[in-house]
Amino acid sequence: MPDLILEHEEIVEQSTTRTYYTRFSLGQRYLHGVVMATFLGLALTGMVLRFSRSGWGSSFAGVVGGFGAILFFHKFCAVILSAAFLVHLGDVLHRGLIQRDKGTFWGPNSMVPNLKDLKDLYGHLRWFFWRGPQPKFEHFAYWEKFDYWAVFWGMGIIGFSGYIMWFSTLFAKVLPGSWLNIALLIHGEEALLAVWFIFAIHFFNTHLRPGSFPMDLVIFTGSENDAEMKEKRSGEYQRLAGADQLEARKTFAPTRWLKNFGRTMGAAVIVIGFVLLWLTVASFVKGQ
Amino acid sequence: MLHVAAALLLALGTAGGAAAGASKGVDCLSCHADQSLTDQAGHSVYVDQAKHKASVHGSLSCTDCHSDISDYPHPEKLSQVACETCHSSEAGDVDASMHKKAASPSCLACHNSPHEIVPVSDPRSPVYQLNVPRTCGTCHGNQDFAKQHGLANVYQGYMDSIHGFALNKSGLLVAASCVSCHGSHKILSHKDPQSRTYRTNIPNTCGSCHAGTKAEYFAGIHGRKLNAGDTKAPVCIDCHTAHQISRAENVAWQAKTPATCGSCHKKQLSTYSDSFHAQVSALGYVEVARCGNCHRNHEILPASDPKSSVAPANLVATCSHCHAGANASFVSYRPHADTRDMKSFPALYFSARFMNLLLGGVLSFFGLHTILWFIRSVVHQAGNHASVDTNA
Repeated sequence: MPDLILEHEEIVEQSTTRTYYTRFSLGQRYLHGVVMATFLGLALTGMVLRFSRSGWGSSFAGVVGGFGAILFFHKFCAVILSAAFLVHLGDVLHRGLIQRDKGTFWGPNSMVPNLKDLKDLYGHLRWFFWRGPQPKFEHFAYWEKFDYWAVFWGMGIIGFSGYIMWFSTLFAKVLPGSWLNIALLIHGEEALLAVWFIFAIHFFNTHLRPGSFPMDLVIFTGSENDAEMKEKRSGEYQRLAGADQLEARKTFAPTRWLKNFGRTMGAAVIVIGFVLLWLTVASFVKGQ
Repeated sequence: MLHVAAALLLALGTAGGAAAGASKGVDCLSCHADQSLTDQAGHSVYVDQAKHKASVHGSLSCTDCHSDISDYPHPEKLSQVACETCHSSEAGDVDASMHKKAASPSCLACHNSPHEIVPVSDPRSPVYQLNVPRTCGTCHGNQDFAKQHGLANVYQGYMDSIHGFALNKSGLLVAASCVSCHGSHKILSHKDPQSRTYRTNIPNTCGSCHAGTKAEYFAGIHGRKLNAGDTKAPVCIDCHTAHQISRAENVAWQAKTPATCGSCHKKQLSTYSDSFHAQVSALGYVEVARCGNCHRNHEILPASDPKSSVAPANLVATCSHCHAGANASFVSYRPHADTRDMKSFPALYFSARFMNLLLGGVLSFFGLHTILWFIRSVVHQAGNHASVDTNA
């Protein structure tokens, strides 16, 4: 059977002669990979503490080697994620402020929200109710920008409150100790929001919605074909085509191993994420 | 030696004038030394002379106890031996005890075979310290018996406790056995104000061994309240249980202490539960502060008392046990902050409400957005089926 599938896929790829366009650079894909892996580690170890009165919490703690192991793993992931955050911040500032790349802070490839995003949100909502056409989304749609800024803000808030608690006696030398109460509250609530948002809304918007189901591999492969691009980002496609810039974005079709790697990683993360989503929602409803 | 010699002579059938001046016991043994001797009901009436001689009653003659015998042959049926003739004080105690009111066991139920009673200090005695739990357990460890008499079946709980472990596994004579707390002859109901196990007497009963802890307890608010006549003030057994007392170092027991204190201090337990301390201890790990780490275990005092471990002036020292380098600013952290109390914790209260709004707002908006998008996309896909091969 594997031979049959192999032949079938090759035939499909040759016969359709899809053109592939770069969406994410290798750096962006690595960044997402690091954020994904460390977020998963932080979410698992953090939610165990957030819902420590649930049965699954103490079971998980026992399996991984106790509270010391949980805290170590949580801090380990936190340090890597913080480093990735700083590298990204440095990269953005370098591109925007030193290289004077105006596209960093403004324009279609920028993460900065603009008026079109508001219009797209309005248009999208109208489309949900059959009141208008599907908006022509650009390189980053409004919900993708929201995902980005949610993570950006989340990392700032959760990270800062986390480091306050990690180095609590040190922070108390400059800040009042009562901030520690607020730090734990915000750390836990913002983390719960992040976990639920990523494992429910980000998963759906990006991977599980009809059109992407069961998984959008673009974050792993870095490229998408012309049909996908026309369907999902017709605004960007038309702009690039009109300006004769499509050619510059052209790339090779993703290799089989890369797609399989993406499928394996993505499926594993989605399954773990759903399990954690289900456990945390159930515990939250039970008031644990 | 005279007794032994006389008995030997008799056994050899050479009685003669040797009986003159000898006790009546010598005569009795001419029959009762026979191992096969039984009464009409078939019960053995054999007396092991050697064991009797070695017993605490070895110097007594048979008729000292069996006082209704004056002649031979004696009646087939004798009246019961009255231990109280000599042991009047103990008999009086037993008469006043629960045992008299309940099943009324005889002295022998605990002191064993009548002719072989050895001193309590003798390891063969059933009431020797190390043997006491098993002796009491013959009745109190019997589930059916306990049920019949409305008794809590505490035997197994005791045996698994730190006291039972020390006594049975380590053979520690100073470990508490049943009689250490309940007394031996005058065992009273725990509802009787005279009882050693009556609520308000318990700190003194436990304190007869745990003198240091007793002093700490009475210096603390619980002991002070008890002394002031508050019968609801917690005593030793309220936190440690009466029989299943665990080692204080036991991790599983330590992890349960917040729930134990919280059975009275409900609000404090609820606010503690919001803290990182509680999250870790709820997972079953004790590297973090539980009630006693801050409030002490026995000398617990309200924060208003300058001697309290949580008095404002002592907080830095108390928190520094774990948080090395804690300063006055650090201890303004509130381990019992209440996110629902706007007056006492306004910043925390409004932070919590803001986070509620943020979570509720973001998740409702995007949740609805997602549901609507899903419905619309399914319809869109159905109509737009042929064109896109999204995952190729």
